[in-house]
Amino acid sequence: MNVLIISPVIIPFTTAIILLLLFKLKSVQRYISLIGSLVSLGISISLLVHTIDSGILSVQIGNWPAPYGITIVSDLFSAIMVVMTALMSLTVNIYSMIDIDTKRIQYGYFPLINILLMGVNGAFLTGDIFNLYVWFEVMLMSSFVLMVLGGERKQMEGAVKYVTLNLISSALFLAGLGILYGEIGTLNMADIAYTLRATADATVTGSTAMLFFIAFGIKAAIFPLFFWLPASYHTPPASVSALFAGLLTKVGVYSLIRSFTLFFVQDATFFHEFMIIIAGFTMLTGVLGAASQFEFRRVLSFHIISQIGYMIMGLGIFTPLAIAGSIFFLIHNMITKTNLFFISGVVYRLKGSYELKKLGGLYASHPWLSIFLVISAFSLAGLPPLSGFWAKFALIKAGLQSQDYPIVFIALFVSMLTLFSMVKIWAEAFWKKQPSQKNDFKSKLSARDYIVMIIPIGMLALLAVAIGIGFEPLMNICMKAASQLLNPELYIQSILGGYPK
Amino acid sequence: MRSLILRTAARQLLPIFIIISIIIMLRGHNAPGGGFIGGLIAASAYILYDIAYGVVDARRVLRMDPLYLIGLGLACALGSGIPSFLIDSPFTAQEWITFTIPFYGKFAVTSPLVFDLGVYLTVIGVLLTIVFSLAEE
Repeated sequence: MNVLIISPVIIPFTTAIILLLLFKLKSVQRYISLIGSLVSLGISISLLVHTIDSGILSVQIGNWPAPYGITIVSDLFSAIMVVMTALMSLTVNIYSMIDIDTKRIQYGYFPLINILLMGVNGAFLTGDIFNLYVWFEVMLMSSFVLMVLGGERKQMEGAVKYVTLNLISSALFLAGLGILYGEIGTLNMADIAYTLRATADATVTGSTAMLFFIAFGIKAAIFPLFFWLPASYHTPPASVSALFAGLLTKVGVYSLIRSFTLFFVQDATFFHEFMIIIAGFTMLTGVLGAASQFEFRRVLSFHIISQIGYMIMGLGIFTPLAIAGSIFFLIHNMITKTNLFFISGVVYRLKGSYELKKLGGLYASHPWLSIFLVISAFSLAGLPPLSGFWAKFALIKAGLQSQDYPIVFIALFVSMLTLFSMVKIWAEAFWKKQPSQKNDFKSKLSARDYIVMIIPIGMLALLAVAIGIGFEPLMNICMKAASQLLNPELYIQSILGGYPK
Repeated sequence: MRSLILRTAARQLLPIFIIISIIIMLRGHNAPGGGFIGGLIAASAYILYDIAYGVVDARRVLRMDPLYLIGLGLACALGSGIPSFLIDSPFTAQEWITFTIPFYGKFAVTSPLVFDLGVYLTVIGVLLTIVFSLAEE
């Protein structure tokens, strides 16, 4: 049991070590990384099953007791996110087999993505707020390098913005941590929750909560702190964009949900209204930004922002159904968004451009790719019976139940605009005829490579359909996860155990 | 920088630095010192050698790509957590094995020592990777 909880962190780490020791054997790197991700997936699923069966699991690193040592906790929400991370890692590894050139492998692409995955899993599993900061740094360091790997000019330009804003966010997080620690003298999340409940000083908790909200908000790319995202996500290779789109902002959302359900629950009404307002603006600015773009990956980047709005909306409404909806939305969004970035990469390989104006005729030449695009794009827009429909359905139902009509209206309106820009991608890149004057690009993608690249795309598209059709079991798990989140006593009890009440 | 004095000194200082770095790493468990500072001292021996003789000779003296040192160091750090799995206690819990060596007395090997060795190797690896790449520019 001890081994199982920590394994999602250890396996990517071990893979990275093996990759470093076999650094000169460039041809086997991709296979080792692929095997590592398969093992990760198996282990994470078994962790999820154990967590469903026996409730919240925890382990004390180094055998130091709870409020002093570092706790690793796996509750349902963490376990779900770990499984999703492993799934993203598997698909990205398959896709990278073709997408990543020898030069990038030479600069350490595969060890770096494994370190990134270690950081992400660590952030999902840790039960110690300072340890969360450390995992954030692990994740960011490797993402900085991945962002510039290959050293193209536009990559550097994107990376400067990305690095600057993320450093500011880390500094704010650290400041919040310092104030919190100075006030209550503990870093263990369960202990923080317990102590704040007993001795809530509204000024301190209010200001730290706001610092945390801004810090995690920058990582999650909420309004008005999202500018780094559309400025940088379209610069690295498609597999890196896909990995970032699937994981990094979601870690920010995870941390927001975790901290605002577990310990910042004192000044709840103010923060919930505030979050709903922010969510509305995030959705609207994101989707309007996307509507004005004509570069494939920039459209998708702006959509990441608008989708983050939905997750924050669930957190703001704060009923069991809304939180479950947010978790469901996270799962759905990781799958479809990563998949759309994968597809954009294949389109670039086939046509030599990300500009929608220069693309066309893909439906005639590559029908399978087109079908998978339709599934992912319409799932993102929320058409039944795909995964996005149920995610939005849960959130909107929760909004109606708690009578937050304006945000429900915005959510529906944004859905429509999402559909508009997805149809734009479909019509421009796939449906219309290839503009004849720009037809001189010769694709170097062989049939075999095309098939390898389409495998992860097909996997994720099928998953989006499967979640849409069989949404009920998944929704049940999400409801359970939400009820765990909304009853922090369970979490505190399972970590602090016989702590005095 | 082709100074005879520096060259002679660098050659003589290299083994001394490394011995001192190992001593400092070992005493770090209960006294000031440890893997990080030990690694810095060991790396500085090779950096001095690099300044005196150039990066090609420094790489030859090191005998392996510093990248492998990073890999080995991380493997040691991870390995220090493994014994705790075997007796089903939490990851990185400290484990001790005590030997009795004739004419010396009790001698304890702990899993934190393995971790410190990992830090030592990683620090050397990272520093030398950076310095050697800069020297090759």
